[in-house]
Amino acid sequence: MTNEALQNLISSWIPELEFTEEGSQFLNISVKPEQLHQLLSQLKSNAETSFDYLFCLTGIDYEKALGVIYHLESTTHRHIIVVKVQTEDRENPTFDSVWDIWRTAEFHEREVFDFFGIKFNNHPKLKRLFLTDEWEGFPLRKDYVDDINMVIK
Amino acid sequence: MDTTIKNSNLKSEEYFINMGPQHPATHGVLRLLLTIDGEIIKKVEPDLGYIHRSIEKMCERDSYQQIVHLTDRMDYLSSHINNEAVCLTVENALQLEIPDRVKVIRTIIGELTRIASHTLWWGVMGMDVGALTTYFYGFRDREMINDIFEETCGARLTMNYNIPGGLMFDIHPNFVKRTKEFIAHFKTKLPEYDTLLTGNVIFQKRMKGVGVLTKEDAISFGASGPVGRGSGYSCDVRKHHPYSAIDKVTFNEVLKTDGDSFARYQVRVQEMWESLSIIEQLIDNIPEGDVQVATNAVIKLPKGEFYQKVETARGELGVYINSTGTKNPYRLKFRSPGFSNLSLLNHIAVGSKIGDLVASMATLDLVIPDIDR
Repeated sequence: MTNEALQNLISSWIPELEFTEEGSQFLNISVKPEQLHQLLSQLKSNAETSFDYLFCLTGIDYEKALGVIYHLESTTHRHIIVVKVQTEDRENPTFDSVWDIWRTAEFHEREVFDFFGIKFNNHPKLKRLFLTDEWEGFPLRKDYVDDINMVIK
Repeated sequence: MDTTIKNSNLKSEEYFINMGPQHPATHGVLRLLLTIDGEIIKKVEPDLGYIHRSIEKMCERDSYQQIVHLTDRMDYLSSHINNEAVCLTVENALQLEIPDRVKVIRTIIGELTRIASHTLWWGVMGMDVGALTTYFYGFRDREMINDIFEETCGARLTMNYNIPGGLMFDIHPNFVKRTKEFIAHFKTKLPEYDTLLTGNVIFQKRMKGVGVLTKEDAISFGASGPVGRGSGYSCDVRKHHPYSAIDKVTFNEVLKTDGDSFARYQVRVQEMWESLSIIEQLIDNIPEGDVQVATNAVIKLPKGEFYQKVETARGELGVYINSTGTKNPYRLKFRSPGFSNLSLLNHIAVGSKIGDLVASMATLDLVIPDIDR
């Protein structure tokens, strides 16, 4: 499917989505956290979109907000789409887990939790993956400071 | 004699056992927490981070030329392809026109890297399941490739041959000659791999039906590379999203449908033949021309997001760069193939024995620094 056709189809499911292709080689969708799980599961289950391959799940700190970026590909149609979600809550950022849609999300979400402190509802085992349980703070956040381990030029 | 135990109060119970972080079959510092009942595995839980260096955080501090050097240290057996991934992302973002000579040389060295990685894997995989000789065969052939790399790039493992805009310098005058010598040599040696190991009955019994992964699960777990293709899942980035000079050659994507350890084994061995064929198609036709295009000393990417995937020896490596227009990336993420491939280990190992876990892990071909980025 072309990006235009994808946009027409997906906007018919959920009206308030924001689409953009600016500054990216893929079609980008911004979604509100409460609609995230519904959109993603529909993107996978719908036969026309059938995004069955979550090839990248990225946590990102926009300083004002924390976000997650989902890169999806369809192994039947070979089209690619990017879904973005963000929240301004830095104390207790939470999104719905998508591990029930793509099993690979289980590890990727744990990585995001480990480095950004973003929590995922309904995740089977949300605990630190790389760092020790006693570790304080979330290293990939922009405001993280560590005078001993970080070398800043 | 009656050997049955009457009124037995013997019972089995589940318990934990540590495999690693210094276990020879984990090939690096990976710790697996096994929950076992007798010798049957109930759960495998990887404990990661023993060599995590937070390369993604370091990238936010470094310039784009410096980042290339860090990628060597992820999957060190695919170092050239990792470098290429970052360079391609930067070049696409800057919309640089890369000379054909660069593309062809990158592809040739990339395929040599893949063969070197697969021969090493073949050697240590055989050793994991008890066939010690394979180690020496694999390392013998890999040595020739490392010598070629050393002559051209100055390094044998972490090559740093790519720079944004092309190559660090031109190939060594001996490169074409020695590569051809290697192809001729390896064509006589690769059949030995099959006679020594592939047809061995003991080896087949340890591999067949062990660690079965279905195609649906392979996609859902984000498996890529030979792990995905062993399950019949067509996931070769070189086929679906060609880069560098791959679109100039013809090659087959090796697919097996059994999904077990033996299928993954066969995919890698046959891929070495395909890589040889790709190199053969290119080695006599390296175009003349420059080996780099000029870039600014300080590279600033335009504002925006850039993504590039490449096929390393282990599978799909993705590079995501979010740039705000400065000389450093705002956020850089590496989607490493090993991380996704490791996540399915629990799924394929549950219900098997500890010895089978070693065989499953060996055919996943994990490189730990690729998982602990």
